[in-house]
Amino acid sequence: MVDETDNTPKGAAGEPSPENKVKPPERQYPEPRKVLQRKAAPPEPAKTGHVWDGIEEYDNPMPRWWLWTFYICIIWAVIYMILYPAWPLVSQATPGILGHSTRGDVAREIESFEARNEVWFQRLVETEVAALRDDVELERFAVRAGGAVFAAQCSQCHGSGGGGVQAGGFPSLVDDDWLWGGTLEDIHLTIAHGIRNETDPMARWSEMPAFGRDGILEDEEIDQVVEYVLAMSGQDHDAALAEAGAEVFEWNCAACHMEDGSGNMDLGAPALNNQVWLYGGDRETIRHTVVYSRFGVMPAFAGRLREAEIRAVAVYVHQLGGGQ
Amino acid sequence: MAILKHHAKIERNVSLLFILSFLVVSIGGIVQIVPLFYLENTIEKVEGMRPYSPLELKGRDIYLREGCYVCHSQMIRPMRDEVERYGHYSLAAESMYDHPFQWGSKRTGPDLARVGGRYSDEWHVQHMIAPKSVVPESIMPSYAFLMNRQLDGQYIGDLMRTHRIVGVPYTDEMMENARADFLAQADPDADHSGLLERYPGAQTRNFDGQPELTEMDAIIAYMQMLGTLVDFSTFVPDPSR
Repeated sequence: MVDETDNTPKGAAGEPSPENKVKPPERQYPEPRKVLQRKAAPPEPAKTGHVWDGIEEYDNPMPRWWLWTFYICIIWAVIYMILYPAWPLVSQATPGILGHSTRGDVAREIESFEARNEVWFQRLVETEVAALRDDVELERFAVRAGGAVFAAQCSQCHGSGGGGVQAGGFPSLVDDDWLWGGTLEDIHLTIAHGIRNETDPMARWSEMPAFGRDGILEDEEIDQVVEYVLAMSGQDHDAALAEAGAEVFEWNCAACHMEDGSGNMDLGAPALNNQVWLYGGDRETIRHTVVYSRFGVMPAFAGRLREAEIRAVAVYVHQLGGGQ
Repeated sequence: MAILKHHAKIERNVSLLFILSFLVVSIGGIVQIVPLFYLENTIEKVEGMRPYSPLELKGRDIYLREGCYVCHSQMIRPMRDEVERYGHYSLAAESMYDHPFQWGSKRTGPDLARVGGRYSDEWHVQHMIAPKSVVPESIMPSYAFLMNRQLDGQYIGDLMRTHRIVGVPYTDEMMENARADFLAQADPDADHSGLLERYPGAQTRNFDGQPELTEMDAIIAYMQMLGTLVDFSTFVPDPSR
């Protein structure tokens, strides 16, 4: 019989443990370790004397780590006030013995880099533009320096790789088709003075008439000359119209684009007898160009960049692939 | 430390506690803020700053409306990398007519503090219509619709009046000519002498290449003047900043 109130633990086998069974030996526990022993209760700390609805407040000290952090902050504040600009006085703040200034820092930093580059900049400026790529060492520097300037100043229009953007009429700099010339000297001049800008009197300048808008050519003549240009560049065209267009071209276009359509770099007149197009070479786009003309611009960089930087970019552009 | 005993009085009187707390906080604030109004190196004056012309102001309004500031800041910090890329670090005075200012250092797009004159108008038009067509790696959305939204300057006077209330020194003469100046700036055939007298250095031309005056004209007029007013060849930085 098992007493229902019996609550002695059951054996591992799950058998009932009647009273007559031998009790398992009492388990031996090790002595509790010393650290776990409860310390004697500390003496009751003093009280602040504040009593709110019978609740009293102990006057315990601040934790030591907190207190030291606080002291260190105070000491740091004093040191900082001595070293750095701090107290506002009548017209200026105390300068601090380090003489720190944000503007001074950036000016010094730029100066230190300039000083390091100065030797190279000097060499760039002293070398003939046409001979900039003859000195391998100098060329290597110019390509790196010019690449950095190109990324910041030129890539937005000419593309990060210099491939140009036809949608905007921004010419590719990696091919050997040039508007204003692809020698180092030509490129240098273009970068320094820009194209069709009002700011630089030496800017490269030419202007194609808006043959359609300004009523120089009749619609019919425009159709003819467009077909002629298509023929010239080896595209599908209407042979009859193109034949008539030859005369229109000779009278109106050949002065700048030359009779064979090979262009004229002195006037920035692009070649029309190849597959390279600044704004696009399909019928529609050519027609738009003839009717409304184009007026691509480029700022002059002579005032924005230093001469050495302009030369470095010129070298960079020249070695992109199309340099002459 | 008998004085500390009076602390009980403050603790038991909430009005007194409030007044004295306010005094303490005010002292902290005054010590930090007031010197900024008189210290010579914080009120550095520069030459060339003028209030925005009406069209530029409208462009700025569009800039704020479209949330351009979410990705673009207008503050070149005095650090070498920023100065080399964007140009001279920004001066406080260059934002003196900005309400609100467009400072920031969180840039998804580039800083625009000195974007004026950096690109052609055609570039801006192309870039606003299809940013990726000129900058393939750009994630800027298209703002082509600005080309279609025409402006008549009906409320430009109100906009300027609002700015005048918050401290932009628009003169009565500027207010009277607000709408005329607004319409003249993007019209190459208009008489610009009055406009240029009131807003020296304002650029006048047809910015978006369309005959109508549109929001594209306004925003490009604003872009093209950013950071161009101060002549840094005559500027001598205060070395103590």
